[in-house]
Amino acid sequence: MNTSEHRNKQFDVDLEDIRTRVLQMGGLVERQILDSIDSFSTGSHDLISRVIDGERDVDTAEKEIDDACAHVVARRQPAASDLRLIMGVSKIVTDLERIGDEAEKIARMARQIHGRGALQIPRFVDIRHAGDLAVRQLRRALDAMARLDPLESEKLIAEDRMIDSEFRGIVRHLITYMMEDPRTISTALEIIWVAKAIERIGDHAKNVAEQVIFIVRGTDVRHVPLDAPAEPGSPG
Amino acid sequence: MVTTLARPQPQAAAAPEPDAALTLKAEAKALNFFYGSFRALNNINMPIYDKKVTALIGPSGCGKSTYLRCFNRMHDLYPGNRYEGEIRLYPDNTNLLSAQVDAIEVRMRLSMVFQKPNPFPKSIFENVAYGIRVRGERKQNRISDKVEEALRGAALWDEVKDRLNDLAFNLSGGQQQRLCIARALAADPEIVLFDEPTSALDPIATASIEELISQLKQRVTILIVTHNMQQAARVSDFTAYMYLGEMIEYGRTGDIFIKPKNPQTEAYITGRFG
Repeated sequence: MNTSEHRNKQFDVDLEDIRTRVLQMGGLVERQILDSIDSFSTGSHDLISRVIDGERDVDTAEKEIDDACAHVVARRQPAASDLRLIMGVSKIVTDLERIGDEAEKIARMARQIHGRGALQIPRFVDIRHAGDLAVRQLRRALDAMARLDPLESEKLIAEDRMIDSEFRGIVRHLITYMMEDPRTISTALEIIWVAKAIERIGDHAKNVAEQVIFIVRGTDVRHVPLDAPAEPGSPG
Repeated sequence: MVTTLARPQPQAAAAPEPDAALTLKAEAKALNFFYGSFRALNNINMPIYDKKVTALIGPSGCGKSTYLRCFNRMHDLYPGNRYEGEIRLYPDNTNLLSAQVDAIEVRMRLSMVFQKPNPFPKSIFENVAYGIRVRGERKQNRISDKVEEALRGAALWDEVKDRLNDLAFNLSGGQQQRLCIARALAADPEIVLFDEPTSALDPIATASIEELISQLKQRVTILIVTHNMQQAARVSDFTAYMYLGEMIEYGRTGDIFIKPKNPQTEAYITGRFG
């Protein structure tokens, strides 16, 4: 990835502006997940409303960044690393927006569960733990994007399995609950939806990391097993 | 800012992975060229694939036009110029630069189209017929057929068929350039060399020439020098980046414009050069 200056300085300003906006959107989305998990544990109406309202800001950020990318393509005809940055950013904002959707989903589930007055939420601690893992993954993906660090991205991709296995563990436990006490079925199913949303957040963070690798190296690591040999000629 | 004043360090200019559909039409081998004592090209090795468009890009003075002109021995016209190495033309494996090979013969096999349209001060018909007569054709009906074929090949026939005897200078700039392409095609060349063919044309005429190049590659091999990188990206199958007389990187156009291997190529095509 070439980060030296263009002869046309406005081009640098445009690209830097896009990168900054992506990181700001990432910060916004991170806040949404944290608030949604908190709302799930506390049932706070304020938090639930804040997450649901905040989703509009995430959507607006996605549209604005996409528009800025379209302008760069139309006005600058970017090539090589600049082209990869624009293409990568365009995909990253889609993942960030979907993370925002998952956060909203968790908040709506929290409203439903707490609205029903479920006093005991089974496996709450596990949800909190999986949620923390997902937030950590997203934060690492955004750091990798900020530093254009493919090595950190590779580590993150390898660790996505941890969230997947947390999700499977939660589902296993909830099935036991439901079998023991059928009155917990409604709540347990909603918690599975929350766990699934967290697992999806991990997947989207992984997608962001894959795009960082594409931006820096030009290699497409999507749908490729981690132990697969690197593409010939791909720079480190 | 990337400073590229130092002598470039060219990568091994290996051809891309062999593709069953690719056939070599020509090949530069250890090509050097000197204007007197000045070495303008330094050890160029490069394949030219049959019925493909190969673009040469690089900053002014990098040697891309000098390289193009080696192919039709245009440098022979000036004293003190000297070639070293070979340009092999296939399938007959002729060294175009050999003193035993007649430069006129070479120019019939490799036609050239220049930056500015340069029709002869003759009629549209005679401009195209000239190349056919040079080839020795004397029968008027055969010449007429060939003129029509060449004008159709240059996507100009429909615009000029009713005024073939008009002076070529009465055509627009874009039409004049297509007339020059028709003149080049009339000699049935194997390779057409384009030296910045659209730099004097407006965007619409440029688009016509680019479309024409895409059609022409069904019949001939094309080598094009262009300052317009987007043009190279649009029309070519392979791209070579040159700097200070050396070929820095050669590869499939898609790879060069998405994932160039050499940082100097990257700096040039992203506008970070110099």
